[in-house]
Amino acid sequence: MTSGRTNGQGLKGHVRKNGLIFIILLVGLGLTLLRFTCGIGAVTNLSDRNPWGFWMAFDLLCGIAVSAGGFAVASAYYIFGFKQFHVYVRAALTTAFLGYFFEVIALLYEVGQPWRLVYPFFLSQGTTSVLFLVGLCVALYLTVLSCELLPALFERLDRKKAWETAVRLAAPLAVIGAVVAVVHQSSLGSLYLIVPSKMHPLWYSRFMPLFFLLSSLFAGLSMVVVEGRLAHKFMRGFMDDRHARDADRAVLACGRGAYLFMLGYFVIRCMELAAGGNLRYLFSGYGVWFLLELVGGVALPAFMYFIGVRSGRLRLIQRAAIIAVLGVMLNRFNVGLVAFNYNLPPAERYFPSWMEVAISVFLVTLLVIAYRCICSGVPILRTHENYGEEIREKSPARGSKSNSSDVKR
Amino acid sequence: MNRRNFLSLASAGIVAAASPVNCRTAAAEGHPEAAGVLHDSTLCIGCRSCEAACQSVNAAVLPKPENYRIPEKPFYDRSVLAAKRRTDFQRFTVVNRYDVENRRPVHRKFQCNHCMEPACASACFVKALYKTPEGPVLYRPELCVGCRYCMVACPFYVPTYDYGNAWNPLIYKCTMCAPRLASGELPGCVSQCPEKALIFGKRSELLKIARDRVREFPEKYVKHIYGEHEAGGTCWLYLSPVPHKLLDQPEVGNEPVSRLTSGILESAGTTAGILSVLLGAVCFFGRRRRNGAAEIDGAGASGGEAHKGVFQSGKEGGQ
Ligand code: SF4
Ligand code: SF4
Repeated sequence: MTSGRTNGQGLKGHVRKNGLIFIILLVGLGLTLLRFTCGIGAVTNLSDRNPWGFWMAFDLLCGIAVSAGGFAVASAYYIFGFKQFHVYVRAALTTAFLGYFFEVIALLYEVGQPWRLVYPFFLSQGTTSVLFLVGLCVALYLTVLSCELLPALFERLDRKKAWETAVRLAAPLAVIGAVVAVVHQSSLGSLYLIVPSKMHPLWYSRFMPLFFLLSSLFAGLSMVVVEGRLAHKFMRGFMDDRHARDADRAVLACGRGAYLFMLGYFVIRCMELAAGGNLRYLFSGYGVWFLLELVGGVALPAFMYFIGVRSGRLRLIQRAAIIAVLGVMLNRFNVGLVAFNYNLPPAERYFPSWMEVAISVFLVTLLVIAYRCICSGVPILRTHENYGEEIREKSPARGSKSNSSDVKR
Repeated sequence: MNRRNFLSLASAGIVAAASPVNCRTAAAEGHPEAAGVLHDSTLCIGCRSCEAACQSVNAAVLPKPENYRIPEKPFYDRSVLAAKRRTDFQRFTVVNRYDVENRRPVHRKFQCNHCMEPACASACFVKALYKTPEGPVLYRPELCVGCRYCMVACPFYVPTYDYGNAWNPLIYKCTMCAPRLASGELPGCVSQCPEKALIFGKRSELLKIARDRVREFPEKYVKHIYGEHEAGGTCWLYLSPVPHKLLDQPEVGNEPVSRLTSGILESAGTTAGILSVLLGAVCFFGRRRRNGAAEIDGAGASGGEAHKGVFQSGKEGGQ
């Protein structure tokens, strides 16, 4: 096995080849040092009126939303038995794992005393707080995700016995993972339920938990498509032919799923807009911005998905996926930064400092590098040569061999 | 269990997740003995004595970094009133001057309102902030993680943070001088107010005084005691000759915002329970159908055809 070496070379070669990445890492390390020696104030524009800023909106709200692909794909495959998703299961789970892992890393920057992050679990449980629930879900889901990825790890380590057990657990774990992820995604929306007077009425709604859940579902599925495309382009080396071939059907399936969720989301949000009596706000600057989010970020990609799935145009689906991901990110930025504190005078509004953005870019870069390393070492985008057959025979959720060859078509 | 049962359970779960949660917290009447302070801005002259008193009383608590800048001007210097200031990690209270048309300026004191159902306390995920039956909303610095959700939650923008501190950054806000109250003293600011613009007492009695004043001098006050109902009621109450909005006192609604989320854990638990039963059943019965009942434990080596019948054809048909 040479994957161990590939792993190391992957990282080093990466850094040497790519000056930009090198600079990002260097700046990121410097800013990290600054953050942890001079405090949050040294690198952010946060203030007493704007306690949450770019990190909250980007690292946490956006990051978790696009990580939803993990549980969306795993549920579709293991629970609902949609086999088209097969090729994306491991990739999506890996992304979700890394997404959550880096959320925790981002939290270390974000909270004032990260070494106390265990307090809410062990010392003093603030059970009335939504944030407590969020923390609980992050911890739980990260555990579930690591268990869900164990089969890949055991293949890499060639531990057959352990692998068999892990594979048997896949379906129950998918159920637990789905439950935790659903609660987590919606609780991110609940976080903002407590600020009715501080958030613009176009965004504030008691249905925010539902909005966050639905939008995370299509953001996650879309992200899976985007990632698949990127992996195809830049990580073809870690992929086997079967993966590359099956991907097309999975893209169609993701597109169809995302389209349905977007439809539901769009309709509910429009209904809430009308029922809440907020239509009058549409004729303001915020209204235009809101429409941009809802029409440009949801309706447009949903339409593209619809056409794409109907006519089987993968390119269109992939473009729709990019827009959909950006649309959900726009929504999270709007909730976290634009609509929040909308009634403060302009001088007291928050705008991120370049350092906050740079640290987030640094973390995303680390995430991509980690993803590459994992894919080069562990069979994520390919089938392990010794386990490929077994997967189809043993894995409970999968059918017979004849069936999976059907799936390929 | 049939499909319809599942569906109704599912919708129940979603509704539970989405709707604001039933409340179990104490109502505003829950702390009948709570103390508070009444600020009458018709009496306040903006002398800043309360600021000075607060500073000296809390000198031991407030951080003193090298660039200690309080007082940026001596406390008797009233020129600072020209700008709108707010509290921060080096001062628990400020007095601001508001120039209102056709009358002499109004002064308003700013500090934690010590809500009857504090949003900050319900938002804190380590219970570092908590309400005492005596009135004050207090803080246990040794627990605080620094997530700053309390600052997000407070409808009055009260809690402040020591952003420049890397090692022990904490939340800073007024304590209503709880330690002094315990030893029978008045809060620092109240004790030093030369104009009696600040009165300390039981909240219920302060409300009576405030109502009497408004009734007796209707030409002097607007008919609104800020804090009587705001955010479920606050221990600090305010009388004003002009609408409170002009004094930067936000319209926050009368519902305690903590009620919007305080039961979230319960409802999340319910949702999670319903959802896991539901998904587990779908997973289990789905596979049973796919594999044929006999082979449910046989790791599904064959029987793929049955599966295809259920899950593939329907899906593929749409293509
Ligand atoms: S005013 Fe703000 S900080 Fe003070 S008790 Fe109320 S919610 Fe908490
Ligand atoms: S910053 Fe501290 S006091 Fe405020 S909510 Fe977080 S842990 Fe609680």
